[in-house]
Amino acid sequence: MSPTTIDVAINVNGETHQVDVEPRTLLVHFIREQAGLTGTHTGCETGQCGACTVLLDGHAVKSCMVLAAQATGHEVMTIEGLATSADELHPLQTVFWEEHGLQCGYCTPGVLLSSLALLRDNPSPDDQQIRHALEGNICRCTGYHNIINAVRVAAEQLTPDQLSAQAATSEVR
Amino acid sequence: MYPAPFDYHRATSVDDVLTLLAEHTDTAKLLAGGHSLLPVMKLRLAQPELLIDINDLDELRNISVEADHITIGAMVTHHTLATNPEIASAVSLLVEIAHVVGDQQVRNLGTIGGALAHADPAADYPAGMLALDASIVAMSANGERAIPIDEFFTGFLTTALEPAELLTAIRIPRTGDSFGAAYEKLANPASGYATVGIAVALTTDTAGEIDSIRIGVTGTGASAYRPTSVEEALIGSAGDNATLKAAVRTATDGIDVMEDKHGPADYRARVTQNLIRRAVFRALASANGA
Repeated sequence: MSPTTIDVAINVNGETHQVDVEPRTLLVHFIREQAGLTGTHTGCETGQCGACTVLLDGHAVKSCMVLAAQATGHEVMTIEGLATSADELHPLQTVFWEEHGLQCGYCTPGVLLSSLALLRDNPSPDDQQIRHALEGNICRCTGYHNIINAVRVAAEQLTPDQLSAQAATSEVR
Repeated sequence: MYPAPFDYHRATSVDDVLTLLAEHTDTAKLLAGGHSLLPVMKLRLAQPELLIDINDLDELRNISVEADHITIGAMVTHHTLATNPEIASAVSLLVEIAHVVGDQQVRNLGTIGGALAHADPAADYPAGMLALDASIVAMSANGERAIPIDEFFTGFLTTALEPAELLTAIRIPRTGDSFGAAYEKLANPASGYATVGIAVALTTDTAGEIDSIRIGVTGTGASAYRPTSVEEALIGSAGDNATLKAAVRTATDGIDVMEDKHGPADYRARVTQNLIRRAVFRALASANGA
């Protein structure tokens, strides 16, 4: 049908990636194949599992449910944008490590970004609020207990500065 | 998992959308939050030739509370509805419903207008809109009209919207004293969709008895509906258990109750009855200030 491509420019982790892509290109594929950032995982690709969760203008979204075209002009943060360098972990990652908040790790990038979005919005969530915020992230290993625990510990330990490495904008777009 | 190829247009104004819709009526689809449309496009159940992205139309994101009604722009997200203080004070049932739509990520992008236009038989809002007696504002190149919610849901994934119409807003009447509402949902644990969802909005008289009631049912039939015989049976009742139990028996009369892997028809019918009882009970308590 339509062989046309469109010009897409998306700021991923502070760096703008400008590429001609087919309109049907999903944001998750743009991130993995155009920006070369494979920490964002594809899981179910039907919007249920949350493995592909990224922050779009500071808000957690499933990147398999967004067209790259829709994200043009917007800011995306992936798991690679969490720590300041490749050699060290972000404090949130450290807490997940210490609290055994992961096993195989496939869902972890999405879980971390959903958790970050929660803690920026609500620095002192109770367990019910943590569970509600992570409903969109499916983990087949942990049984969730240690994930919830890790977020609870992160809420106790992380400072506002550590949470706001990239400030969220107020509007979801 | 890619949709079939399509052309993409990022709309710059409502007029822009209406012009394109008039030109490509049968081949275009509107892209709002995308959380209903993109899944069916990936499954190739929908293969639009043109996708008109309406996400830049900020005029569709307004919420205005007026003397007799609240207007909610079609592109207001579930997240906004769940957290907006104006909505919380004017129509708290919407907060309750928006809070249980999908999950955090879905609520951040999914929109109320998109959900209503898609009219998934298991979506949450249709029940709430029926209970709240909303009207749907739609625009086309021929002008604007308001569609009463009772005429809006016409069948499985089908609404009264014309192919060249844009759903622009939802209008909900303001409510007064002695008003109570509740949403009861049995959520599918995997998808988050309602196996059954019941919204109730009612008012009570000085004796604390029901003098008006609207019930919206989602998940049970091919589209959301009002069990009017149950509503009629509850008028004048104080919500005692015997009256409630008798009244809900007709909740699925005349409805082709859905049957799938999430539950057989007789189970869904029973859940429908029980959730109506729970929702009426809670709405009554709220109306009577308990």
